[in-house]
Amino acid sequence: MNDQGERVEVTSDRDVVRVRQLVRTAAVAVKLSLVDQTKLVTAASELARNTLVYGGGGWVEVAPVDSGRRKGIRIVFADQGPGIADLDLALTDGYTTGGGLGLGLSGARRLVDEFDIATAVGEGTTITVTKWCR
Amino acid sequence: MTLNADEAARFAALLEENQDALVSAWTDRVTTSLRGRLSHAELQRQTSELRRGFQQALAGTAQGISDAAAAELRAQLSELSASRARQGFSATETAVSVFAFKEAVLATLDSSGRNDATTLRDYVAFSSFVDDAALFTFDSYVRVREELIADQAEQLLELSTPVVKLWEGVVAVPLVGTLDSARAQVVMERLLQTLVDTGSPYAIIDITGVPAVDTQVAQHILKTVVAARLMGADCIISGIRPQIAQTIVALGIEFGDIATKASLADALRYVLAQTGKKGR
Amino acid sequence: MERVPILKIGDILLVSIQIDMEDQVALQLQEDLADRIVATGCHGVIIDISALDIVDSFVGRTLATIAAISKVLDADTVVVGMRPAVAITLVELGLSLPGIRTALNVELGMEMLARERATDGEDDDEDGVEDTETPAVPTP
Repeated sequence: MNDQGERVEVTSDRDVVRVRQLVRTAAVAVKLSLVDQTKLVTAASELARNTLVYGGGGWVEVAPVDSGRRKGIRIVFADQGPGIADLDLALTDGYTTGGGLGLGLSGARRLVDEFDIATAVGEGTTITVTKWCR
Repeated sequence: MTLNADEAARFAALLEENQDALVSAWTDRVTTSLRGRLSHAELQRQTSELRRGFQQALAGTAQGISDAAAAELRAQLSELSASRARQGFSATETAVSVFAFKEAVLATLDSSGRNDATTLRDYVAFSSFVDDAALFTFDSYVRVREELIADQAEQLLELSTPVVKLWEGVVAVPLVGTLDSARAQVVMERLLQTLVDTGSPYAIIDITGVPAVDTQVAQHILKTVVAARLMGADCIISGIRPQIAQTIVALGIEFGDIATKASLADALRYVLAQTGKKGR
Repeated sequence: MERVPILKIGDILLVSIQIDMEDQVALQLQEDLADRIVATGCHGVIIDISALDIVDSFVGRTLATIAAISKVLDADTVVVGMRPAVAITLVELGLSLPGIRTALNVELGMEMLARERATDGEDDDEDGVEDTETPAVPTP
């Protein structure tokens, strides 16, 4: 990890767009392939919207990472919302409580290489995703 | 054991005096060992040049194959091994072409009745010189083969993903060889990009040349078909061989409503029929 | 807030999305388009997304809703110009955009709409003589 991360407060629609742009710039900087850029930005868009809609707002931090062997992008999405009671259910395709398509969490997980989620009811949710260069 | 100056000079003289007999005996031996895969005339040209190369090297008092005086000879040997490697001769066959020179020299010594101790010592020294030359040939043969393999691997990568326009509005990807995940991904991205670039609403993925399809490769093909559909193009899969059809069913891979045809020709016929129908 | 412009070309409404849309902009487009379909009486809508570098589930859902609303208002919708990387991502995401017709570019989209209208008009003589005047694939 390093500390060159950039943080965006997510409190409105406009911030979701800013997250997308930030992630794209970072993805281009570490030379992710076009398809991988697209996957990562899409995943970020889904997760940032979740932070806003389900978490009631929060922050997103985008940082380049270097494992020594390869480079990548790590993004953290954090909120102090209600948390997720049944994680397995939330990660199921088609499950939604917010009137969406229910693809946000499960879909985003398929678009990245690493996906970690920490959540507690009443305390909020933190999701960390990483995409590595091939 | 290296040649000393005297030995080298004596052999240079010997090679000069008996050049016709040597070349002919040498050529005969090489022709036999290569079993007529190169013409006698061509081998005669090669051996006579090599004889001159050996003679000049020895006349320049080369004591080993790596001497400066043997530079010309080394170049000749490299060229010989390169051409042999390209023509598909084995390493042994290539090296034997040089070793045969020793037998030719021995035969010449015999027939000239020189069988004293000095001649024997000379011959042993000369023999080791030829051995080194043959080993040098062997090395450069291997090097050329490695270059060939590297070249071919590169060509294979370039060749591996052609996307061809088959008809107005129809592109085809003939997949050849084993598809690993990475290559499948590259092929599929290129196919989709070609659809956009050419504005072709139809793509035929021909897998006649794919020896085996596993779940992952099938997934890649299926995802490409779905992605193409999202973009507004139809994919047809052709050239599914019987074993692959069995694998697909055995693995429980669902091709759903994706059109599959036995051959590329069937696929093209199907596409043309489709466009005819749509045209009403 | 920015708005996505809607152009009327003959019997077709053309929407070319050129900006990274906020969710509100997408919803606004959905409303504007419904209004314009009714106001103009157009029977075809083309949404060009060739400038979009991503389509997430929200935009995907909006497109599907627009197509459904248009259908109710007797207009066909074709989404054109989806980039390969976007399509690959949507497949991975699990979004198959059911109910949305797509074409590679605006031109093919317009042909598709024209065919659609022609077929609708011919509903009575479904088994009529095959007419190959407007092939989907231009002949060489």
